[in-house]
Amino acid sequence: MMIKTIFSGFGGQGVLMMGYSFAHSAMNKGYQTTYLPSYGAEMRGGTANCTVAVADEEIASPVASEPDHLIAMNSPSLFNFQNKITSGGAIFLNSSIIESRPSRKDIKVYAIPCGDMAQELGNTRVANVIMMGAFLKETGIVSADIYLKSLETIMGSKKKSAAEINRKAFAAGFDFIKK
Amino acid sequence: MSKKVFSRPRSLKEAVFHYCPGCGHSIAHRLVAEVIDELDIRSRVIGIPPAGCAVLAYNYFDVDMIEAQHGRGPATATGIKRARPDSIVFSYQGDGDLAAIGIAESLHAANRGENITVIFINNACYGMTGGQMAPTTMLQQRTTTTPSGRNNILDGYPVKVSEIFSRLPGVTYLERVTVNSPAGVNKTKKAIKKAFRCQIDGLGFSLIEILSPCPTNWKLSPVDSCKWIDDVMSKEFPLGVFKDNTGAGKKTGEAAP
Amino acid sequence: MNKVLMSGNNIIGEAAIRSGCRFYAGYPITPQNELTEYMAEHMREAPGGVFIQSESEIAAIHMIIGASATGARVMTSSSSPGISLKQEGISSMAACELPGVIVNIMRGGPGLGNIRPAQGDYFQATRGGGHGDYRTIVFGPATCQELADLTMSAYDLADKYRTPVMILADGMMGQMMEPVIFKKPKPRHYNENFILKGAGSGKSKFIRGLILDAIDMEEHNWKLERKYQVIKARETLHEEHRTEDAKLVIVAYGTAARIAKGAIKRLRDNGMQVGLFRPITLWPFPEAELRALSARVKKFLVFEMSTGQMLDDVRLALQGYADIEFHGRPGGVVPTPSELANVIARHYKETGK
Repeated sequence: MMIKTIFSGFGGQGVLMMGYSFAHSAMNKGYQTTYLPSYGAEMRGGTANCTVAVADEEIASPVASEPDHLIAMNSPSLFNFQNKITSGGAIFLNSSIIESRPSRKDIKVYAIPCGDMAQELGNTRVANVIMMGAFLKETGIVSADIYLKSLETIMGSKKKSAAEINRKAFAAGFDFIKK
Repeated sequence: MSKKVFSRPRSLKEAVFHYCPGCGHSIAHRLVAEVIDELDIRSRVIGIPPAGCAVLAYNYFDVDMIEAQHGRGPATATGIKRARPDSIVFSYQGDGDLAAIGIAESLHAANRGENITVIFINNACYGMTGGQMAPTTMLQQRTTTTPSGRNNILDGYPVKVSEIFSRLPGVTYLERVTVNSPAGVNKTKKAIKKAFRCQIDGLGFSLIEILSPCPTNWKLSPVDSCKWIDDVMSKEFPLGVFKDNTGAGKKTGEAAP
Repeated sequence: MNKVLMSGNNIIGEAAIRSGCRFYAGYPITPQNELTEYMAEHMREAPGGVFIQSESEIAAIHMIIGASATGARVMTSSSSPGISLKQEGISSMAACELPGVIVNIMRGGPGLGNIRPAQGDYFQATRGGGHGDYRTIVFGPATCQELADLTMSAYDLADKYRTPVMILADGMMGQMMEPVIFKKPKPRHYNENFILKGAGSGKSKFIRGLILDAIDMEEHNWKLERKYQVIKARETLHEEHRTEDAKLVIVAYGTAARIAKGAIKRLRDNGMQVGLFRPITLWPFPEAELRALSARVKKFLVFEMSTGQMLDDVRLALQGYADIEFHGRPGGVVPTPSELANVIARHYKETGK
């Protein structure tokens, strides 16, 4: 098993945090993992992305030539990466701000209104955690428990209220996907 | 009964200086050694010779030394002082070393207020390499690379280190002196001593600029060289204390290491 | 021991501090800034730890020279253009026999180039880089775990041989995160006699690379060379991956070796007998080990993210005993395993004929 996922969006949408927390939880589940962020001048345009590989074997290249999943938090991310996704892969898009939909028929598309959902929860900054809930429910790469524990480890235990809102946000995304 | 009134300082080795007759390096070396003896700091001094005529200073100073690449003395001194804060560190630098190739290292060590002492020998030319233009070469002064005299349009102006460095808040003590006369030598020793004291007391960066004769490259006799410092050089590079904050007490943040 | 997820740049910093590095000086340059920032945050927390953001790469290397002379374990880091600036000091450290660890997180060159991962500094690193007759030990890590382990080894070897040691990685190694376990560093062994601390009440010492007498300088050169011969004999490291039955072996280091491993997996799945020879020390280069492999492998493909630099060492090692092909992607291009697999497959099929 070798799964590569690209997380992409505006700076400030927490896309690097999504990738990092996902890689962290994969590590805690005992998988091999690599996390590769975009860096330097390419970040200056205001977009950020990262690639996370998760595998039960040694990961050779942290770069994804044909990623299995794309998490697109804004339209440029969708346009940039939609055609790189491997046939049979999936795109999770933030339908609160992305109006277009991929025309490809060989991939699954999940439209998650995570921006609006975050607003309903009273904190627009948790849109990324909502998206993670949906992503992990659908893919099942790591369980909700392991992910939330990783998230708390990363955020530090000092912020009890932050942990609480993150749990709620994750649950909202998780429940949004009906299986 | 005879009384010994003059001898070799403990901090100088038993070696004959290789410097030219009338050169200021020998005097400056001796003064630094005397000050180290008088302040009783030889045990913890680490000195840094430059590239230039004084490159072999470790053959003369009987203190721990490490050579620096050309101009990098203040960076090396920074590393020594920060890694071993109880040492007394001095960097001995010429005009090319300090004001040309190493101006960045010198200026930034001063600006950080590194608690080190810089002995700066300004002889208005490059001695070791054969008398080329230095950043401190005077306008109209002939050198092997300014054969018809330094031309401000083509070669720029003499760099006034004391004037520039004294403007930096990181500098605690800065004086320009000369060794062209007995009175000047005495004054120079006092200045060097004050600079080392400044460091011992943890007060920060000190620099002593010494106008120093170079008869060989100036193509003057030793006596005329001393006179040239009075008549010409010290007009461009006036002597005096440019900055003295030693009375202001221990600088905040000085004990950073 | 706990696994932690950290970026390559941060791992180097943490491993250095755990190894007892107490002096870091550096100047920001992408893609190694996270290492400088990590040191800024954590070095001063270590007892006696010094962090300085220097005015230039040149100043940084000379600061670590000063600190190394007083016995501190030291580090400076940069990326390609900045490493060029440090060469004066690296040559000086080799001459003065001062230990220290220098990190080069390579980017595309020459000149300012770009900030993408590249391997164009192999010659500079392995041939000495600065002026004069000297070598530096060079590690080419390929995983984050190796970044941690080899940083610790770098300090051991720097002290053991009193020589600068370089970690040569690229922007991808610096930026990527992988789980890592920090092992316990070995206790430091370093002779007090080499350390300047002031003369005390005894004889003064000096450290210098300037030796004006030619015969003395020659002897100093031979002394250094004898040391390099010992390093060559004792400190060479490499990894072999699936070479046991290989008909074609890829020679690659660092990021390129990771890509090669990915390509090899694809090709093995298709029944092609290909393997990897990965130098871990780039200097000393694992010459004898590679030559030994040529007893049963007759074709090698060198793959680098450059126009072909390690290629020279492979040729020198194989001395004509096997065919050597080359594939390179310079300038900051990171090829995918599938691209490389196609290249390898082409050469593999030619091997059979």
